[in-house]
Amino acid sequence: MNSMLVAPAIMVGIGLFFGTILAIAQRFLKVDEDPRIEATNELLPGTNCGACGQPGCLPFAEKLVSGEVDPGQCTVSTDDNIEQIAEYLQVDAGRQEKLVARLRCSGGHLQANQIAEYLGFEGCRAAAVVSGGGKGCSWGCLGLADCERACTFDAIHMNANGLPQVDTEKCRACPDCVAACPRDLFELMPLSQNLYVQCNIPLAGEAAIQLCEVACDACGKCVADAAPGLITMQDNLPVIDYSSGGEPRPDAVFRCATHSIVWLEREQFQEQESRQARSG
Amino acid sequence: MEAFRFLRRNFEHGVHPAHHKQQTENLPIQRVPFGKDYLMPLGQHIGVPAQAVVTAGEKVRRGQLIAKPGGFVSTGLHSPVTGTVKTVGDFRGVDGRFAPAIEIEADPFATQQVDVNAAIDWRSLSLEEFIEAVQMAGIVGMGGAAFPAHVKLSVPDGVKIRHLLINGAECEPFLTTDHRLMLERPEALLEGAEIMRQKLGAEETVIGVEMNKPDAIEILKQHIKPDQPIRIVPLKVKYPQGAEKMMIKSVFDVEVPAGQLPRDVEVNVNNVGTIVAIADYFLRGMPLIERVVTVAGPGVTYPANLIVPLGTPVRDVVKFCGGLKPGSREIIMGGPMMGRPIASLDAPILKGCSGVLVFTEEQTARRKEYPCISCGRCLEACPYFLNPSRLARLSKSRMFDEMKDYHVFDCVECGCCTFACPSNIPIVQLIRTAKDDLTHRKEPEA
Repeated sequence: MNSMLVAPAIMVGIGLFFGTILAIAQRFLKVDEDPRIEATNELLPGTNCGACGQPGCLPFAEKLVSGEVDPGQCTVSTDDNIEQIAEYLQVDAGRQEKLVARLRCSGGHLQANQIAEYLGFEGCRAAAVVSGGGKGCSWGCLGLADCERACTFDAIHMNANGLPQVDTEKCRACPDCVAACPRDLFELMPLSQNLYVQCNIPLAGEAAIQLCEVACDACGKCVADAAPGLITMQDNLPVIDYSSGGEPRPDAVFRCATHSIVWLEREQFQEQESRQARSG
Repeated sequence: MEAFRFLRRNFEHGVHPAHHKQQTENLPIQRVPFGKDYLMPLGQHIGVPAQAVVTAGEKVRRGQLIAKPGGFVSTGLHSPVTGTVKTVGDFRGVDGRFAPAIEIEADPFATQQVDVNAAIDWRSLSLEEFIEAVQMAGIVGMGGAAFPAHVKLSVPDGVKIRHLLINGAECEPFLTTDHRLMLERPEALLEGAEIMRQKLGAEETVIGVEMNKPDAIEILKQHIKPDQPIRIVPLKVKYPQGAEKMMIKSVFDVEVPAGQLPRDVEVNVNNVGTIVAIADYFLRGMPLIERVVTVAGPGVTYPANLIVPLGTPVRDVVKFCGGLKPGSREIIMGGPMMGRPIASLDAPILKGCSGVLVFTEEQTARRKEYPCISCGRCLEACPYFLNPSRLARLSKSRMFDEMKDYHVFDCVECGCCTFACPSNIPIVQLIRTAKDDLTHRKEPEA
């Protein structure tokens, strides 16, 4: 009987001993974590997309509480959420202008000159490493939906013309598509910015037009028609500088023969599809 | 034990693709007639592109230097024809990117003969001069990788090359260029080998030839002079026997560790074509302006082994071989395992292009892809002991950064895994995709 009790007694003894150590450690080695970090983290979307420049939502919450960043830098949260966080932390929301991803190409299956058929598996980068895909243009969209697959927010869908269409409502300007595109065609720009170049061909004149119907042939009419300094030609492509002070007006695009510079009014490719309808 | 050495002449893993060489292995090398337009991309080799030294409108002679090396890992470029430089500008390359190239229009009335120079007295050249001569001659690895030959020759101080290994394995199916060179120009090969061996100060030359070329082994043996320290090693027929690390394992039973070069195990490996090119330059003064190309595959009317001037459009080469059969679908430059398909018949023959293979509907049809069943055949096939199935899965989930932990950059894209996969997963293509993403991805500005 006695020997039977020895084992439980030892176990209880060990338990009490380590329990005491834990109790002491809890009392003297305690680290105070700001409860606001946890609460702020709860208010963040939890997608860990990295659009804010932080590795994830929790590090962003830590930076928020320490005041290093503004709640507005989270591009994924809704406006209400950002208000809530700002109110909770008693800071300025630091609202940022909404950015969306825009594709610098409008040469879909219907416009770009096709020189070969790509038979490999679906994926832009996979096609890009095999002879650069089937399109004659070496700079344009390959149309095999790497961006659609990379998008965290289901904001990109391929349209019938084989070009990605960005849903500006859903787009949170995380840089997923920018990193995924093997041709570096995506650019994050403010939603309010209407004037936009939809071509990436650094060739001029005939050479560009041979590759694609809607290529920029670097004629320079948009530069002449826009406010001075607003548009400049760099590497045979117009570059729009919104900070130049010139007022952007739709006039700049009127004389573009290939519609490679556009004035966006609505969704990115609606304009172009209606143009096809007109010509077809 | 020495008697059983031949039993160890092997490397681990690898696959056994049908060799398909019967189409061209008995056809002597022919010369293609000269055409009209030639396009010489400045970046035909691994490393820094060459720099053009000619301008549009200039008359060039066959064999004249048209571009000088752009750096140390770069080689010279010579005009393949006598004619006029049409343009020096950007052209769509084989990889689909626009890159600088020199377009030359051949003079239809020229004799197109190289003024055969007197043999260069290679014995009197110092090693540095020899290396520079090889660089200026534009000689690169002719097996397919097009790595500048002079870079391999320049070994750092303290490293001693003991063996010169000549790669005559030609393990890729369809290709027969090295086989024909060994049969038709054994003297040039052995003389080139002797030049290389003496300049490197190596003790012996070893020529590794796969056992499916018994005639080549026989002819080479006949031509070796008794005083030459050259031996021929017949190798097991297995892919990728011609990968330099595999060949070193087979011949010397030494493994080259990952991230190291053959020179770290005192070996210098060169392809048969490279050695012949060196012999041509030092004995006849002819720089690298043409190469032997196998034109084969089910889509070619008359398969052939051809001497093609560099820069000839594939269109002209195919036309010479009777054109494409109806139903031809895909043209591959290089071997079927590692070569790349071309998007346009205007693509020129490059220094590293050992074959032009045409495949029809039947061979190019994509078989249905099934999920990975974790059978492990790709692991058993991979000669570099990687885990292709894991790499493919990670690439499919776009987890490219994690692939570095699985040594994705040790992969040489030999294609064994894809060949072995019963689920038809395009493993190599997935790995290539990941490598491209890791090296070319645009990091968004924070």
